[in-house]
Amino acid sequence: MSATTTERGRAAGRGGVRGTATSSPARGGGKPQRDRADVKAGYAFLSPWLLGFVLLTAGPMLMSLYLAFTDYNLFRAPQFVGIDNFTALFADPRFLKSAQVTAVYVLVGVPVKLAAALAVALLLNAKHRGQGAYRSMFYAPSLIGASVSVAIVWRAMFIDDGIADQVQQFFGLPAGGWVGDPNMTMPMMILLAVWQFGAPMVIFLAGLKQIPAELHEAAAVDGAGPIRRFVSVTLPMLSPVLFFNLLLETIGAFQVFSSAFIISGGTGGPADSTLFYTFYLYLKGFTEFRMGYASAMAWVLVLVVGIITAVLFRTSRAWVHYTGDVR
Amino acid sequence: MTTATTTAPRTTVSTTTSATATRRKRVRSVVFHVLVIAVAVVILYPGVWMVMSSFKPSGDIVGNVNLWPETWTLDNYASAFAGIGGVSFWTFVLNSLILAVGSVVGIVLSATVSAYAFARISFPGRGVYFAVMIGTMLLPFHVVIIPQYILFNSMGLVNTFLPLLAPKFLATEAFFVFLMVQFLRGLPRELDEAARIDGCGHWGIFRLVLLPLMRPAVITSSIFAFIWSWNDFLGPLLYLKRPDTYPLPIALRLYVDQTSVSDYGAQMAMAVLALVPVLLFFVVFQRYLVDGVATQGLKG
Repeated sequence: MSATTTERGRAAGRGGVRGTATSSPARGGGKPQRDRADVKAGYAFLSPWLLGFVLLTAGPMLMSLYLAFTDYNLFRAPQFVGIDNFTALFADPRFLKSAQVTAVYVLVGVPVKLAAALAVALLLNAKHRGQGAYRSMFYAPSLIGASVSVAIVWRAMFIDDGIADQVQQFFGLPAGGWVGDPNMTMPMMILLAVWQFGAPMVIFLAGLKQIPAELHEAAAVDGAGPIRRFVSVTLPMLSPVLFFNLLLETIGAFQVFSSAFIISGGTGGPADSTLFYTFYLYLKGFTEFRMGYASAMAWVLVLVVGIITAVLFRTSRAWVHYTGDVR
Repeated sequence: MTTATTTAPRTTVSTTTSATATRRKRVRSVVFHVLVIAVAVVILYPGVWMVMSSFKPSGDIVGNVNLWPETWTLDNYASAFAGIGGVSFWTFVLNSLILAVGSVVGIVLSATVSAYAFARISFPGRGVYFAVMIGTMLLPFHVVIIPQYILFNSMGLVNTFLPLLAPKFLATEAFFVFLMVQFLRGLPRELDEAARIDGCGHWGIFRLVLLPLMRPAVITSSIFAFIWSWNDFLGPLLYLKRPDTYPLPIALRLYVDQTSVSDYGAQMAMAVLALVPVLLFFVVFQRYLVDGVATQGLKG
């Protein structure tokens, strides 16, 4: 979220400038009145978001935190059970499996997807005819990738005797679909994620366009070849965008649900190999109605994502390069 | 170019280099197009295969690598349009439309107004609220689905569209607020001052001056809001349990479960039909969508 941090910094700066520009010279006695009117208008305009935040985000988060320490099934009043849900979680083999499945998906899927996005963005960044059309075409899967339709197609392509199976057999590889093979479901899900490389690619492309051509020219004059220029010019200049993509894709990957649900027919199988974290949370909360347990799972997820976000921000100081006005 | 170098080997250095340069340029262009077309084939194959399969006889879909149907049939579409479990296909379409249009209206109303507060009114606490708003973008939304469900269930709103639409009218999707804040920040502040001198208050500035100028951001947000609602699966899965309230994605899932492996044709036909509006939006508004994504990551 480099972009937002910068934005926030700039907003604060600009707010300060405007504060002096509009309020101090223009008015003498009317100033407090204008300020009070601004406060009123500010809250009035902000009220939809503020109401939504209190009623649908902050309130529910607190409630979920409370429920995490209770036994609750929607029909009987919540029973306070202390940290029992959390100790039960870490003794639950299906929970541990779902955490493992999700970790592999995030650790492998996100880097592969971003590498594909960056490679294609570099390819498209060269000035050639049809660049805009290709950019749109490659973005399309990001728009539909999470839909049920695509999950159905994916399942049909990777099922026994499906297209993947045919290709395998054509090359003399062992026969069998990926959908029913616990060792192959993860590659299948990662392929589905990588197929949607378009959104980060579009963001990379926009970032590449902002790198001044003079930098590349200067490096070339100094004798830097294409690889050296990529490592020493492109990557550092692109690092804020890379950071933004890494953060968004990581958080997104933790939340994958519908495609795994459809492809496994609502079970998370075979052998729990598609039992993603949020999928297990759904099964616990909404099919077994163990809402305290599911709330504990939700808070473990919030903590893990929070820690990862914090670590990313902290380490970003070392590798994200900001130019110009911000730092 | 080749003739220039071969017939006159002793020409000046400059012509030789320009000749090799143009040749290299042409080679590069060929390599570019070969690579890009290879990527395009991989990207497009699943989609094209889906559309073509929907016109193949049901038994001829799985394992048929060929795109072009050997025999064309409309049977799959006939069974898709026949509906499921006594509920008409058009009921699902109507439900999806109500949800999607409701989302668009809710998001446009709430996000434009909230964005105006963030971008144009200075009042104490605004910075904190803005940071909190950005923070909600990083929050896994699964932490709120259980309490929200308990809340809406206690109000007797399960099997209505309200639990799915109310959050949109309360700007809970920070992506849209952020997109509009970014856009508003790009509009000159002199407009506000001019309107103020003409006697406008905040509502006047927003309604008469800035809102008309926000059209591109409103269009981008509307398209995303529509498509995300149209494709949403988890929300309807939680709140809509009666088949006559199902939107298309849930109906599609019911269809897959009921027909199991036997009727791939009808599944494909329904999958295609469910994507038609999304693809139409994409074809018409691709510039807005792609530029919207680019701006979100970059401006600022």
